[in-house]
Amino acid sequence: MSVDPVAAGSGFGASAESDTVVALRGASAVVGGRTLWSGVNLTVHSGEFVAVLGPNGVGKSTLIKVLLGTLSSANGTVSVLGRRPGGAGERIGYLPQRRNFDASLRIRGIDIVRLGLDGDRWGVPLPGAARFSARQRAAQARVHEVIDLVGASAYAHRPIGALSGGEQQRLLIAQALVRRPGLLLLDEPLDSLDLPNQASVAALIHRICREANVAVVMVAHDVNPILPYLDRVVYIASGGAACGTPPEVITTETLTRLYSTPVEVLRTSDGRLVVVGGPEAPALHTDRHAHAGHQGSARQGADRHAG
Amino acid sequence: MPGNAAWSISWNVVRDIQEMWSLPSMVNAYRAGTIIAVTAGVVGWFMVLRRQTFAGHTISLAGFPGAAGAVLLGIASGYGYFGFCVAAALVIAYGARPGNREPANESALTGVVQAFVLACGMLFVSLYGGFLNQVDNLLFGSILGITDGDVILLAAVAVAVLGAMAAIGRPLLFASVDPDVARARGVPVRLLGALFLVLLGAATAEVSQITGSLLVFALLVMPAATAQIITARPGLSLLLTVLIGLVVTWAGFAFAFFTIYPIGFYITTFAFGAYVLAYLVRGAGPVLAARVSRLRSANDAARAASAV
Repeated sequence: MSVDPVAAGSGFGASAESDTVVALRGASAVVGGRTLWSGVNLTVHSGEFVAVLGPNGVGKSTLIKVLLGTLSSANGTVSVLGRRPGGAGERIGYLPQRRNFDASLRIRGIDIVRLGLDGDRWGVPLPGAARFSARQRAAQARVHEVIDLVGASAYAHRPIGALSGGEQQRLLIAQALVRRPGLLLLDEPLDSLDLPNQASVAALIHRICREANVAVVMVAHDVNPILPYLDRVVYIASGGAACGTPPEVITTETLTRLYSTPVEVLRTSDGRLVVVGGPEAPALHTDRHAHAGHQGSARQGADRHAG
Repeated sequence: MPGNAAWSISWNVVRDIQEMWSLPSMVNAYRAGTIIAVTAGVVGWFMVLRRQTFAGHTISLAGFPGAAGAVLLGIASGYGYFGFCVAAALVIAYGARPGNREPANESALTGVVQAFVLACGMLFVSLYGGFLNQVDNLLFGSILGITDGDVILLAAVAVAVLGAMAAIGRPLLFASVDPDVARARGVPVRLLGALFLVLLGAATAEVSQITGSLLVFALLVMPAATAQIITARPGLSLLLTVLIGLVVTWAGFAFAFFTIYPIGFYITTFAFGAYVLAYLVRGAGPVLAARVSRLRSANDAARAASAV
């Protein structure tokens, strides 16, 4: 037989496919008989920073659960790192929503990061094992490397409960990164941080995404702190979902259609997009009057009211 | 006999120890105490970390009806302790699993179990007809009459409990401090929680036999709480827990032997002393540092002022 051209073609296709980290085709989520969203198409390539946006309760975290494989998509196909969801757990770093450690928890930040590396292995680590085992030394080196990467070296040896929200969040990002994942799933990592910390953690996630070539899918309530870094957004609202680059999706027409209520997208003098309106924030009426001078901060203030 | 004035303490520690260990029952007491302090330290460290002291308290109180029931039936109280403590652990583990409708309320369920087991204990004591002068021992502990057979049973349970803890130690730590991520990494968080409660039941039953049902926290909570105040390094903290447990147990036995006061009092008091000391030292550390730096800056200011 001659060489099958289809096989050669599929070989080429596979190498192109390997760059695709997440692929959703016509996916939908049904929880308790209620369809949260449907018809979502999304492709995420490695090194891309993607945000999942939308008001509270539309199923943003549910999308993360579908990617993790703890909830299965009701329709369509979902592929994560070339496998079924849940099949590539080893290569996914996950940061759940609103995790604050008890102030009295007496475990160091570095221990939390280390548990992310091998906490699921049975047995107990032997004291002084690093002296004899090359693998132990490599593990320690990796933990220190990833703590350096997120800039947490100064406080990684303090009890995690005694750290601020921003410091804890950096260590948790280190924990999610420690196994060199191909995909990071972050559920509202900027929630409950103050504005300077929101900006610096957003910049950190973007840097990791580019330097480590990790695909990042991040659920966010407020688009403004991450908007400059985003490659793609998924906007979920009660009316459906839209995916694309930020200028494609974050438009007055698209958001008004998704929310079924008037939403305005404004462009500030420095070129940033600002979303105003939407059904989730009753405080927005007052913000509409205040936005002329400083839209960004007015918008963030409104989010805190809504949350 | 221990607690008898015939055994008098001298300032010669070696002679005192020789005298104490000339009694086979005291040697057995030290063997049992050592086994128990290690087991209780390891399990108690996780209990404190997991904020499950209330569950531990309830499981320990279940030892009281267990032991009283065993005495009533004429069998060794050790079987009663193990049977009831592990059963209470299973009830709490089963009842506290998160349901479909609402999140589990572990503390309320634990309180319900606790009230009921205490009531059972009272019933068994009154059924026995008032001759159960061991009630004090069941509640507050005793080092009298520990036999070779008791020591072997304690050792067998300790080996099983410590072996299981060694097997599940790291994922249990992960599940205890960070359950959401542990679950996403495939750690069976709920199963480990239930298994840990059973191990806690077995460890509690061991401790009860020396400290009594009411004072198990002397070995289950106090060393672990003290160690966790001293350090946030998990390995060191666990090691310190075991060491503190051993020291307070050994010292408690010696003091109980040479005086007329009960063992539970001594172990609890020594462990309490260690905790208070650790607490004060840690509290004093930052205060002292702040005072020193304030003094130093005041001196600097004075020097600067005098230089001007």
